[in-house]
Amino acid sequence: MTIASERLVVSARAARRRAPLAAVLDRQSVFSWLMMALPLAFLAALVGYPFFYGILLSLQDRPVAHTGTFVGLKNFITNVHDPVFWRVTLNTFVYTGVATLLKTIGGLGLALAMNQHFRMKNLVRALLLLPFIVPTVLSTVAWLWMLDPAFSVVNHLLVALGWPKPGPSWLGDPTLAMVSIIVINTWRGLPFYGITLLAGLQTVPADLYEAASIDGAGGWERFRYITLPMLRPIIMIVTLFSVIFTFADFQLVYVLTHGGPANATQLFATYAFDIAMNGGQLGLGASVALAMLPALALLIVVLTLYLRRE
Amino acid sequence: MVVSGQGRLRQAIRVWLPIGFFLVVALFPFYWMAITSIKPNSELYNKNVMPLIVHAPTLKHYVDLLTKSSFLLWTWNTMLVAVVATAISLILGTMLAYPLARMRFAGSSLIAMTIAAIYLVPQPLLFIPLADVINHLHLGNTLTSVILTYPTMLVPFCAWLLLGYFKTVPKELEEAARIDGASRLQTMWTIFLPLCVPGFISAGIFAFTLSQNEFLYALIFLTKSSVRTVPVGVIAELIRGDVFYWGQLMAGALLGSIPVAIIYSFFVEHYVAGLTAGSVKA
Repeated sequence: MTIASERLVVSARAARRRAPLAAVLDRQSVFSWLMMALPLAFLAALVGYPFFYGILLSLQDRPVAHTGTFVGLKNFITNVHDPVFWRVTLNTFVYTGVATLLKTIGGLGLALAMNQHFRMKNLVRALLLLPFIVPTVLSTVAWLWMLDPAFSVVNHLLVALGWPKPGPSWLGDPTLAMVSIIVINTWRGLPFYGITLLAGLQTVPADLYEAASIDGAGGWERFRYITLPMLRPIIMIVTLFSVIFTFADFQLVYVLTHGGPANATQLFATYAFDIAMNGGQLGLGASVALAMLPALALLIVVLTLYLRRE
Repeated sequence: MVVSGQGRLRQAIRVWLPIGFFLVVALFPFYWMAITSIKPNSELYNKNVMPLIVHAPTLKHYVDLLTKSSFLLWTWNTMLVAVVATAISLILGTMLAYPLARMRFAGSSLIAMTIAAIYLVPQPLLFIPLADVINHLHLGNTLTSVILTYPTMLVPFCAWLLLGYFKTVPKELEEAARIDGASRLQTMWTIFLPLCVPGFISAGIFAFTLSQNEFLYALIFLTKSSVRTVPVGVIAELIRGDVFYWGQLMAGALLGSIPVAIIYSFFVEHYVAGLTAGSVKA
């Protein structure tokens, strides 16, 4: 008799010794579902229900504090004819695309720089993570002050370097405002990329590099043909993860520009907030938020499958 | 191997030039926060004073912040909400993760994937219907509203992180306990959970910092000063439209960041382990 089956017999005997109810509760499936019932009910009530209720809201004309009337796809048609909606769509894609690119390249650079031998590495790593740790709203307020129209320290430094006074209007000019929110999003997200990719770099076996060096590969070739392929799964996961949360970003834009000037930095989340919370039109706001769903659903499914495969 | 002086210098440049650049960029906003908070207004709003250093430091902004605004109350609210939401999320997350890590039952992989997917759903997708739900429950302007809604992001997150941790714990002790006749609940409670303290610390720190960081739900559900959390209080009440508020605002931002920074500095190893757990195969 194998050890495994012997164990089965022993635990079956142990189970038989228990009372019938206890034996039922001891079944793996019964125990599991009983254990998971409370958290699953919680998630169904506060994630599942709001999700479907949001879809229902998007099909209603629903002023705040009034009952809604069903209007079919009217809200979505309103969005299609709303030039601001298309501006918001473009903004969201530009913001997500450029910030993700910067974070990926910068994060890789940070990881490579950190993957060398030097003193006080743990201290440096802890300090570099600060932008990612500190509550976003609070660090964003510091940026708001750094880009202040009258007393910007960034402009003070630029002028000291020879830029004509008074320096750029970072949050007042539509293009520069977009540049600003992209840079600040990158500043905040880069440590997450860097530290995660660093952990990945440390799993690349050193003998791969040695073998490549013996075969005459230079620094760039080692990076291109060893480092990058080995890191690809981690880069994929980090990037997908960051794309999801950049695409649906709210806090940073809300604090810095409120979507302005003239909707130049308005994203889906801030626009939906404006319509629903400031304008009081819950139905229309829900339809704007749901416009994120196709892209988000695709990203979430891809990442979930990817995480599972790992 | 003998390294020549010049080689060592070149090595130092190769390390510290990029690292120094990243450090300056990462830390300058915090330096600016700190220095602004101790400058008198006469320096803050004078363009002819060199702004990078303080000439006559003062604690006036801190005194004003603590005596003239509800900052201390907001800090208390933030802590209370973060601690309770984290505790709830660890408990509910464990109740999901243990069966998924240890039991074999139909539907387990579907549940695991659903939890991962829920974790990835960003708040802006749900905040409008959720605001209506909170209104219907008459929970607006109560801390209960955020204590209930923060776990919607934290439970899937803790479950996912703990699931990964639980799978690394050897099964032998549990199997031995089972053979000795312990029920599944006893085995989980007395044998398994005590082995998982490091996993709980990682998940707990993450959940705590995420709670401290949360803004959107708090902004919508908490509109009275007495129930606000630090991020919402700072944004809604310290930005007042006139120009002479930056000192207080930066003092508030700095003080609001300190609890998270302290906790994180004690547990940075756990934090990094948690950060990389999802993306690096052990």
